[in-house]
Amino acid sequence: MSAPILSTRGLTKRFGGLLVSDCLDFDVIPGELHAVIGPNGAGKTTLINQLIGELAPDAGTIEFEGRDITALPTYRRSLLGISRSYQITSVFPDFTALENVALAAQAHDGHSFGSWRPVSREERLVRPALAALEEVGLSAKKDACAAELAHGEHRQLELAMALVSRPKVLLLDEPMAGMGGLESESMIRLLASLKGRFTVVLVEHDMDVVFALADRITVLVYGKTIASGSPGAIRASIEVKRAYLGERYASG
Amino acid sequence: MLPEALSARSPRVIAVAVFMLLLAAVPLISGAIGQSYYVTLVTRILIFGLAAASLNLVLGYGGLVSFGHALYLGIGAYSVGILSFHGVSNGWIHLVVTLALSALVSFLTGLVCMRTSGIAFIMITLAFAQMFYFLGVSLKQYGGDDGLTIAQRSDFGPLFSIHGNTGLYYLALGLVAATLYLSWRFVHARFGRLLLGTKSNLRRMRALGFPVLRYQVAAYVISGCICGVAGLLLANFTNFASPAYMYWTVSGDLIVMVILGGIATIMGPLVGAAVYVILETVLSAYTQHWMVILGPVIVLIALLANRGLYGLLLARESSDPGNSAP
Repeated sequence: MSAPILSTRGLTKRFGGLLVSDCLDFDVIPGELHAVIGPNGAGKTTLINQLIGELAPDAGTIEFEGRDITALPTYRRSLLGISRSYQITSVFPDFTALENVALAAQAHDGHSFGSWRPVSREERLVRPALAALEEVGLSAKKDACAAELAHGEHRQLELAMALVSRPKVLLLDEPMAGMGGLESESMIRLLASLKGRFTVVLVEHDMDVVFALADRITVLVYGKTIASGSPGAIRASIEVKRAYLGERYASG
Repeated sequence: MLPEALSARSPRVIAVAVFMLLLAAVPLISGAIGQSYYVTLVTRILIFGLAAASLNLVLGYGGLVSFGHALYLGIGAYSVGILSFHGVSNGWIHLVVTLALSALVSFLTGLVCMRTSGIAFIMITLAFAQMFYFLGVSLKQYGGDDGLTIAQRSDFGPLFSIHGNTGLYYLALGLVAATLYLSWRFVHARFGRLLLGTKSNLRRMRALGFPVLRYQVAAYVISGCICGVAGLLLANFTNFASPAYMYWTVSGDLIVMVILGGIATIMGPLVGAAVYVILETVLSAYTQHWMVILGPVIVLIALLANRGLYGLLLARESSDPGNSAP
């Protein structure tokens, strides 16, 4: 196992009296698809929020490529190469799909002062944006206003915006949330196509998806890691948990 | 999708160009019919249109509700007033001082204001403007509460003169035209897109990797400088600098003009300023309680047209199937 690209040590976060990250040690190895599973309220999204810097941990450290980023603001982490998608669609509703992704590309293309050229004619932004839309299968809707896209298309757009900067680590927070059967099938194919090309942290509820895609799985319960390992090992471990702790812990 | 056309050949851009040419003809027309009053009226519209356009940059495109933009009108007006009082009548010096002070004040207050959002942002911009209002009132040697009469208009040297009303008119028109043209370029370019993004989804902008604070402050400084220049024009127009220019109701008037004409549209602020100034002039001839009539008109427009009067035009155009220009 090579050195982790992104790791946390003793990560702790409290919301009032509630412990949502309980001394978490979490490692992401370059190139892997690392799934994080656990029941509702296990602290999965809170973990993502702390990794990207939208939430500051109460204790513990976060390292990226060997560098302590615990105190870095969100935008700096993004520029270093950590990119995220949101569980609840978070796009720019007044912009077209293409404009959304071009804006995401703009963030990683130097400062935005001084240029008077219309963005829609900036090859440096439009070309990668079109490629990212193609990658997620949304090319046909590139000129549609984001507000008018269907739910599944929003999820695809989320992903395109996270992908366009070619991040070193991709944090995907339930990319299939609220999707219908057919839509999630194409999203699963999409996630499978990312595997190996990107380092991915995937928060997901659907166990079948997780076991089919993940190289490694971390199980969170009440902010604590109760198991971490290969899908096979976790499956075995879950059987054990089911036997001892009942359905609730096992079903996720 | 922006409501503003990108192509210079779109019918709306041509309509706007015709409108601006008509404005350029106002002094000729009013001279021909012997009514110099119209030049004065439209100059007033242009000056407030310029101030409203500067406010629209932060309010309309940045979603930053500045309730203290009159502060910069005051900075421009007092730069002219105080320098003239001490015998400095060179307009270029007036301009440089106006820009430097506006930039400094907007930069420092902007850094503080951007730490807040929503109601707090509105209140803190209001508070800064009121601070400068009372500063103006306390300047006893410069007229205090009564304001400061300016004996001679800014002198811009041999190139052009604003000592006559026509000269001032064309200076105001030129500045408005330049500001509107640059705003149009701005909203389609990177900085404008970024600013629209912060208005729509600040959290996502940060996650995408934008250091949003510096851009918001930069937009605020640009806006403050343009509004300062409007203040410079206002002082030359009235031959007067007064703390009343900085009073909070003036900041309110500017917001009303932007909303009336069409928030986040290029031409909206100018249209709003025109409607506001004309209604004020016409209605106040009948009654001193003209606000009683203007108030409901504003409410009606705000309810019926979410992008103001100019926005109504845009909506008609985009619902027309024969014209799908974005």
